[in-house]
Amino acid sequence: MTSTDPCNSQQAESKANRSLPIVENFTRRAAVKGGFATLGAAAFVAAISPLRQAAKSTTAVEFMQRHYTELSPEQKANVISRLEAETKEKYGADVTIADDRPIPGTKFVYAINLSVCNGNGKCVEACHKENNHDRSTNQSYIRVIEMPKGTMDMEKGSTTYSGIVPKDDKFYLPVQCQQCDEPPCVDVCPVKATWKEEDGIVVVDYNWCIGCRYCEAACPYHARRFNWKQPEVPAEEINPDQSYLSNRVRPVGVVEKCTYCLHRTRRGKLPACLEACPTGARVFGNILDKNSNIRWILENKRVYILKEELGTKPAFFYYFD
Amino acid sequence: MPRIASLFFAVLLCLFASVALAALWQSGMRANTPTSSAAEAQVSQASVHSNEAHPVIIRKPSGPPRIELAGTDPQGRTASVACSTCHSIRQANLENKTAATLDEFHQGMAFNHGNITCYACHNPNESDALRLADGSSVAYENVMTLCSQCHSKQAESFAHGAHGGMNGHWDLSRGPQMKNNCIDCHDPHVPKYPKMIVGFKPKDRFNEPSTAEHQQEGTAAHDKH
Repeated sequence: MTSTDPCNSQQAESKANRSLPIVENFTRRAAVKGGFATLGAAAFVAAISPLRQAAKSTTAVEFMQRHYTELSPEQKANVISRLEAETKEKYGADVTIADDRPIPGTKFVYAINLSVCNGNGKCVEACHKENNHDRSTNQSYIRVIEMPKGTMDMEKGSTTYSGIVPKDDKFYLPVQCQQCDEPPCVDVCPVKATWKEEDGIVVVDYNWCIGCRYCEAACPYHARRFNWKQPEVPAEEINPDQSYLSNRVRPVGVVEKCTYCLHRTRRGKLPACLEACPTGARVFGNILDKNSNIRWILENKRVYILKEELGTKPAFFYYFD
Repeated sequence: MPRIASLFFAVLLCLFASVALAALWQSGMRANTPTSSAAEAQVSQASVHSNEAHPVIIRKPSGPPRIELAGTDPQGRTASVACSTCHSIRQANLENKTAATLDEFHQGMAFNHGNITCYACHNPNESDALRLADGSSVAYENVMTLCSQCHSKQAESFAHGAHGGMNGHWDLSRGPQMKNNCIDCHDPHVPKYPKMIVGFKPKDRFNEPSTAEHQQEGTAAHDKH
């Protein structure tokens, strides 16, 4: 009897508990804990939701892709063929993505004749088309600033001008990436997704960029652009002549920039903005070539360097007749 | 709770696994040197090209202008005639400076090119050619020789690519370069470069739709962005 007694009493107790489904010991402390735990879990889910989205749009191969400068030739070929297939799938366009490397013994330099530029904006449009920019935002690497005469302060200018140009009391200052020799944008990149190549072009590995936009903030020329959305370009308008570091269609959420059209210039051709200029204000060339146009201009014209005081050492010059 | 704990554990495990995988991947790839073969290919390509230098092609006018006749014949055809058709039988007025002082032909033609006479550039002795300052004849195709007499600064800039623009290749070892001539951009009778209309505008953060307020204080509004 003595051995069974406690057992019986326990059974009796549990029976009593079952018959009374009251939540016991549910203190205020527990409630608060539970509340915060729920909140925390929700916050965690919310925080990782971009990752879940990314997982949908990013393949494992793409996620595991290494930095451009560390890719072997075979890996590069694989990456490029993958990107070509993706462009075909997403945009329905057959494109060739080349891997144009610097030509030995070249340093690209640009010059613009401000006495001649009339602000018509053809360069802006040419850049937009050549570099497969998003059609809905009219994105372009070039910004032409209408400036009051007598100042070189970019803040005094306006990019919203329209109508008939040139206006009598204004001059026009086209600004794009200056391919600085001391590029602040490269210094601030936390993942080394942007760097300066041997021919002076500052490039971005669009698959390595994390989209933090530090470079955009660091650039004193406002030359970098951020892809807020997946670029929309109709298949028939896509420029199929592309390069990995240049005008291939960039992914959403990365920073992009002017590359002096390296997919053209590294093949000996002139940049698209220069060819589009109806006034002949733009000059492009290799500063290491003593007989180049650009050398003659630097030696014979009045030359201005935009924000020279910042010490960025641009490979971009403005000159006057 | 144990459910969430196991989820956390799974996430952690995945993280470790991916880090290890990435490390493996990298160590494997570091063995072969990157980009060297690409650079070599570029060099060989350059050396192939450097043998042949391409020309700088300056566009030339197609020839002396032709004057379209106003009427049509019974078959509805039009015709054009050379300058010399009329000018060979007319006395040249060497003093004339504008179309306004002519009593027939060339009516309504705008002229705003300094204080020079028609025959400063047109040849009174050879109507289908132009005339240099020393009186010698120069063909319409070589109009740049004529312009360069006065506009030597522009001609010098043009020769160095600093005037007039270009198309094609900056690197003549890889392809030719095409340039305009003077009258492609400048009407010789009204040489001032025409005004243009801005057609294309990016819609970026510096480019909000301009309101009346914006236009009034354009610079002030701009500073805010």
